[in-house]
Amino acid sequence: MAKRIDITDLNVYYGSFKAVEGVSMTVEPRSVTAFIGPSGCGKSTFLRTLNRMHEVIPGGRVEGKVMLDDQDLYATGMDPVTVRRTVGMVFQRPNPFPTMSIYDNVAAGLRLNGVKNKKTLDGIVETSLKGANLWTEVKDRLGKPGAGLSGGQQQRLCIARAIAVQPQVLLMDEPCSALDPISTLAIEDLVNELKSEYTIVIVTHNMQQAARVSDRTAFFNLKATGEPGRLIEIDDTTRIFNNPTQQATEDYISGRFG
Amino acid sequence: MSTLTGASAADELPGPDGKRPLEGDRASTGRLGDRLFGGAATLSGVIVIAIVSLIAVFLIVQAVPALMDNDANFFTSRVWAPGGEQPAFGILEFLWTTISASTIAMFIAVPVGVAVALFLTQYAPTWMRKPAAGLVDLLAAVPSIVYGLWGLVTFGPFFKPVQAWMEGALGWFPLFSSTGISGGTIFFIGIVLSIMVLPIVTALSREVFDQTPVTHKEGALALGATQWEMIRTAVLPFGRPGVISAAMLALGRALGETIAVTFLVSALSDGTAWTWSLFNGGETFASKIANNAAEFSNPSKTGAYIAAGLVLFLLTFVVNSIARVVIERRKAFTE
Repeated sequence: MAKRIDITDLNVYYGSFKAVEGVSMTVEPRSVTAFIGPSGCGKSTFLRTLNRMHEVIPGGRVEGKVMLDDQDLYATGMDPVTVRRTVGMVFQRPNPFPTMSIYDNVAAGLRLNGVKNKKTLDGIVETSLKGANLWTEVKDRLGKPGAGLSGGQQQRLCIARAIAVQPQVLLMDEPCSALDPISTLAIEDLVNELKSEYTIVIVTHNMQQAARVSDRTAFFNLKATGEPGRLIEIDDTTRIFNNPTQQATEDYISGRFG
Repeated sequence: MSTLTGASAADELPGPDGKRPLEGDRASTGRLGDRLFGGAATLSGVIVIAIVSLIAVFLIVQAVPALMDNDANFFTSRVWAPGGEQPAFGILEFLWTTISASTIAMFIAVPVGVAVALFLTQYAPTWMRKPAAGLVDLLAAVPSIVYGLWGLVTFGPFFKPVQAWMEGALGWFPLFSSTGISGGTIFFIGIVLSIMVLPIVTALSREVFDQTPVTHKEGALALGATQWEMIRTAVLPFGRPGVISAAMLALGRALGETIAVTFLVSALSDGTAWTWSLFNGGETFASKIANNAAEFSNPSKTGAYIAAGLVLFLLTFVVNSIARVVIERRKAFTE
């Protein structure tokens, strides 16, 4: 199910502002790739180009190539809606739909895809909630509003919502930055389980988290404010954290800046 | 005391006057500014409630004697002959005209207003949103006499052939049967009212749609929702209570609209046969009262009109209560 992502010479612009410059990398399937780097280095912006969510912001556009196996995400005639159904996303702040019940939140994506059969929906809602390690906590109150859950539960609900449509890739934009340590641990465990089935890309500000959950780590940096962000290096996580090839990575990892 | 949120050690220490600031109070409401502001706010609240209650009392006190003398059934009679030795009056015709014209106005104004608001917040190019929103706000402030004039001079002549055509094509249906009245019909009034309240529905709906949190919209889009699906899953549910409030405010205005309606209606002469047709004339509560303000010669006659006003007052009250209940019922899902 999981697919490989190949990015070649990608530039990201917001209007005339170049936010990210010249990124090339390969994201391996069935693994976790972490993006780290100081604030404003373009890691979240770059992440959003992998499911074309940057286009939601007025003026957002890219140059370059993003391939999902043999599918060009930016080919002419490629609908961003199709891309987003294949590449799911979890956001920084948990954002369950407040007007929907827990059940309806998970079923939302399926309903958009035209699934109406109650049995099918029930089945997928249950497996998705189990997949997100939330089932035992909510199975008796599926009809209650999703916004009534704790922050950590809401984030797992959002993960359940994202995996319910069975995407090829799951993008996570600092999924734990609004959560307490225990909820963070629950999400990290979940990421570990999910990588057997999905290609996962996670942006994080927390280097320990990158070290704990990821197989490969990409370090982004920018020369100065107003300059575009660049990919400094990407390698196995152990290599990045133990002996990176770039001095900038070494400095960031060891806490000399950022 | 010390477990209260916002309380600190300083709150426990005696002040210059030797008293502990929190003594007797659960927060520092003892300060002069707090007392002044708290008092002013409470007073304003009390005044609002008092005014509404006093209006109700005034209407009831004035209406009851007239109602006691009434020979006809107040709710089911179509006669209107207040005053005199044997006053007889009923509101059936006004009730029907008021409600049907306002309902038509709502059926047109709410969907169109919501659609315009969605266009302005979700589809329109960015440069256009602000000026267009300002324009809609301006339209909402146009005095109703202007709509009345427009209805009379421009829209009336235009609508006559439309009505004739509808009577021909849909006349088999009781609501659209011909009554021989070609101008100032209930349907026509409904359309003028809808145009009058459209800017209100649009302006308020636009305001709430604009407040939809970006995170909700992105959540829907990231699931692979199209623009319209995103609107359905994120924007409309979020804006629903606001749209209901907007519709109720608009309905309140339509129910009570006086000058434009007084200007346009074709009053029916006494003894005209009852018909369900929307292509019939008829007075609304407000137009009836306005048209006959000169007749308030004795208390019994005045009382009859005030009784009609009381029904209008209660009608808007009921409409607003229903809206409250609808909004409250799903409150857990809107926070």
